[in-house]
Amino acid sequence: MIELAAVSKSYDGAAPRRLFERLSVTFAAGEYVAVVGASGIGKSTLLNLIAGLERADAGSIHVDGVDVARCDDDALTALRRTRIGFVFQAFHILPWLTVAANVGLPLALLGRDGAAAKRRVDTMLDAVGLGERGASEPAELSGGELQRVAIARALVHRPKIVLADEPTGNLDPANARQVIELLRASIRREGATGVLATHSFAAARSADRALRLTASGFEPVVFAKGDAAAAGVAERESIE
Amino acid sequence: MTALAATRAVARAAGGGFARGRVRSIVAMLAIASGVALGYAVELVNRSAVNELVSGLAVLAGVSDLEVSGPGAGFDESVYPRLARDPEVAVASPVLEVNATVAGHDAPLTIYGIGILRAAAITPALIPTLDRRDDALRGDTLFPSPSAKRWLGVDAGDRVQVDTAAGAIELRVAGTAGDATGIGAARPRYAIMDIAAVQRDFNRLGRISRVDLRLREGADRATVAHRLQRWLPAGVVASSPAVARGASAEASRAYRVNLDVLALVALVTGGMLVFATQTLSLARRRQSLALLATLGLARRRLVALVVAESAFLGIAGSIVGLGLGYVVAGIALRHFGPDLGGGYFRDDVATLQFDPLAALGMALLGVAAAIAGGLAPALEAASASPAGALRASDPDARWGRGEQRWRRNTAAALCAVAAVAAAALPPIGGLPIAGYASIALLLAGAIVAIPSITHAAVSLLPVPSRIAARLAVMHLRAVPGRTAVSLAAMVTSVALMASMAIMVASFRDSFETWLAVMLPADLYVRASPPETGALTGAAQQRMLALHGVARIEFSRSTKILLDPGKPPIALLARDIDPRDPAARLAIIGPTVDPATGPPPAWVSEVLADERGLAVGGVLELPLAGTNVPFKIAGVWRDYARPQGAVVIERKRFAALTGDRSVNEAALWLDRDADPDSIRRTVAAALPGTARTTTISAGDLRRRSLAVFDRTFAVTYALEAAAVAIGLVALSASFAAQTIARRREFGMLRHLGVTRRQLARMLAIEGAAAGAIGTAAGLGVGAAISVVLIEVVNRQSFHWSIDFALPWRGLALLAAALVALSALTGWASSRGATRDEAVRAVRDDW
Repeated sequence: MIELAAVSKSYDGAAPRRLFERLSVTFAAGEYVAVVGASGIGKSTLLNLIAGLERADAGSIHVDGVDVARCDDDALTALRRTRIGFVFQAFHILPWLTVAANVGLPLALLGRDGAAAKRRVDTMLDAVGLGERGASEPAELSGGELQRVAIARALVHRPKIVLADEPTGNLDPANARQVIELLRASIRREGATGVLATHSFAAARSADRALRLTASGFEPVVFAKGDAAAAGVAERESIE
Repeated sequence: MTALAATRAVARAAGGGFARGRVRSIVAMLAIASGVALGYAVELVNRSAVNELVSGLAVLAGVSDLEVSGPGAGFDESVYPRLARDPEVAVASPVLEVNATVAGHDAPLTIYGIGILRAAAITPALIPTLDRRDDALRGDTLFPSPSAKRWLGVDAGDRVQVDTAAGAIELRVAGTAGDATGIGAARPRYAIMDIAAVQRDFNRLGRISRVDLRLREGADRATVAHRLQRWLPAGVVASSPAVARGASAEASRAYRVNLDVLALVALVTGGMLVFATQTLSLARRRQSLALLATLGLARRRLVALVVAESAFLGIAGSIVGLGLGYVVAGIALRHFGPDLGGGYFRDDVATLQFDPLAALGMALLGVAAAIAGGLAPALEAASASPAGALRASDPDARWGRGEQRWRRNTAAALCAVAAVAAAALPPIGGLPIAGYASIALLLAGAIVAIPSITHAAVSLLPVPSRIAARLAVMHLRAVPGRTAVSLAAMVTSVALMASMAIMVASFRDSFETWLAVMLPADLYVRASPPETGALTGAAQQRMLALHGVARIEFSRSTKILLDPGKPPIALLARDIDPRDPAARLAIIGPTVDPATGPPPAWVSEVLADERGLAVGGVLELPLAGTNVPFKIAGVWRDYARPQGAVVIERKRFAALTGDRSVNEAALWLDRDADPDSIRRTVAAALPGTARTTTISAGDLRRRSLAVFDRTFAVTYALEAAAVAIGLVALSASFAAQTIARRREFGMLRHLGVTRRQLARMLAIEGAAAGAIGTAAGLGVGAAISVVLIEVVNRQSFHWSIDFALPWRGLALLAAALVALSALTGWASSRGATRDEAVRAVRDDW
């Protein structure tokens, strides 16, 4: 479970910017939530705050019972290593590791690299449809395949939370659809809490619930009938 | 939009290296600057020294058309009137040159004995101002040059105490040499006396050392010289003063060229740093450049853009380097002297002379090194497929592929073969040009082979279980090309440093062994100054009668001229057993039976090498005006006399010349004798004679080694500079890689890699890269050292050196370099763990 209570965040600099003011929200365990909103509204910052990659100015954030504000850098790093999986827009697959080694990286970071770990990597690769590509180099894979590798990597160590930041942003509609389905199915299968920051109508639609992030806080998004049909042809349209 | 504005816009769009990589660019610029500075400083000092020497000789030679000169001991003065009477000679001026010891000064003062009336017509620089007209003809007056006056600290009317054969005499300073004409006689350091007084006081009655000639109008120098040579005594030669000046400058040429080449090492390393900087800068800008190529940027314009960036680095570096070089040259001249410790020029009076041509040459070299460093990466960037570059998520990914590995390996092998072939070539113009080419080829081959070497080396590394080490090893294995780029400068500098270290250590080792053979006695007594000083027969008898002295061997050293175009060589007449010359000389190679044929002579390696002399052959030596044939009975190693030397039996020298005086005695003491008390006894036993120096073999060895170390002090300084640049190159590469890999580090931080793990990973990568670079550098360095010892040294100085590996020092150095490399990697991790790096995963660009 993820709980944000009265969280505020702003950025200093030449043009100071206030993102959130007393933002509160709860993502229940096993829930898969899409967060939508205008560019620059703070979707990625929200994920960074949850992951402890950035600090909130005020308020509290609890991730799987851990108060993020009270953790030092090592504790936050350990939190990410053990309980969080990430999927990025730009995939971020290490080009100098094989596909299997990339997927197995979180396990290796946890010191698990024996036969069991190998089996787990194979299972995850099978689950994302890349069972035969473990020995391949990332350069040999397409964008859609790379994102599937990223999904396998995000879930291989059975995290309680999966944070996905625009996972379909770099993909064509067909691949985007496949990745969305795969992400949703994988998160459900592993029983994780998923938070998906996206502009994609179809991606948001696939979640258990969708929230629109605005300057004043979260608003629920309600999908009307007929939107599903529209999703097929306007996969990448904004839902704002 | 003007063409310039358009170019600026393109450069900005290409992510111009200076704006984004300011620190890296400044470091590369400074590397070029340090190379230019070192090269320019060495060149300035060299030029100042040689100009000083040659102009000094020109002043002393005056306007003479020919110079008749002889051995160090001089020649019979009867030659002079015959020359003066020659129908084609207008004026002949005899000169007797001696080195005198002046009270309170260690270095000798050169005194020219002249006949003032005749010298005025040929060598006006020697003519003194006279307070009283008869002073020039008096035997107790001395006319120092302005430089000598400053050195002696005297002025007109002061008295100077000078040691002579008959003991110390007092001379009155009666004027200043050269002041009568004002012909730039500020240098060199010398003094003038009446020639008859010099002959009398310095035991040279009837001897002169030179006759300066002015020929009548229309007389041809070469014809007259050739005609005179027919009747001149053996060992006395007629030559143009310019030839003598050339020979003097020639003596130090190889040493100076070697210093120049060594200084250029820093420039090469600087060029390598530009290479590393530009390669990584282009890797980082790969997608920007690919985008521009897609939008229509021509490949040649891209190359021109990168080359212009490199040239800018070169120009800026050269300007800074020239200024720095001038300052360094001034400091070096003050601290090391005009020959930078080489011992070729005695007077330390050279002044720095700005040379615009040398400055321009060095600046061009600096720019060329920078352009050469940037050209290869520019061409590679221009040849990249824009589509592929745009698509790849990692700008360095293609470095790991090695599709051109076989081509690289072939090129490296060809370089190695060409290097071996070049090493076998003879010197060109007396210089080891092919030897330097061989070294350049070895370095080029090594640089080309670095990716393959790196690939092979990292393949051997086991994959550790700990995550930081595992990631480091896997990264090194996957992208050896990236590591290779970082290592190019390091391998170059380590190779050059190791080769110099091995060469110097080998030389020092051989030098110590040589000293042990050449200094077998306990004490050495030397008459001073050299050449002029002598131990007479009576002095020899007194020494032989000394209590506590078991045995004495005497020797006589002088200089003889074998060739008019070359400096004189040393003739050593020694008490030596012809059947066992190795007991006293560092004999190398075979010897022949001295019992048959002409009397034996043992020639130094330098002499044998320069003249192509072989054991068993005959060498004619000019003794007492006659050419006397000697059988070459052996060749010996001699590091003390770079112009060459020949040893003959003293008794034979005395029989041929009638000269029984000696200027050195080697004393073997009784077992229970106290060397210090013997030293005092020797001084007391030789009262009233020329000054002597008594020194133990141990002190002599220590002093010789101190001189050796001083000679190579500049070498050590240049080596250190090269290594420093190499390490800076490595750290710059690491810093650049950290920037290039920031998204990778950001992703790893997302996945839960701690800052410490990242730091450890980069430290391990640094240590591994450093170890590979050091090992490769040491290997190439060892190969280069063989070329330095067997080719460059041999062709430059004509003496041999036994190869000796200073493995302890090299091991220590290797460990230090690996540790520093690890530290460099660790230090670069600071950039990798910043928050911006963590957020970098959001960047598409």
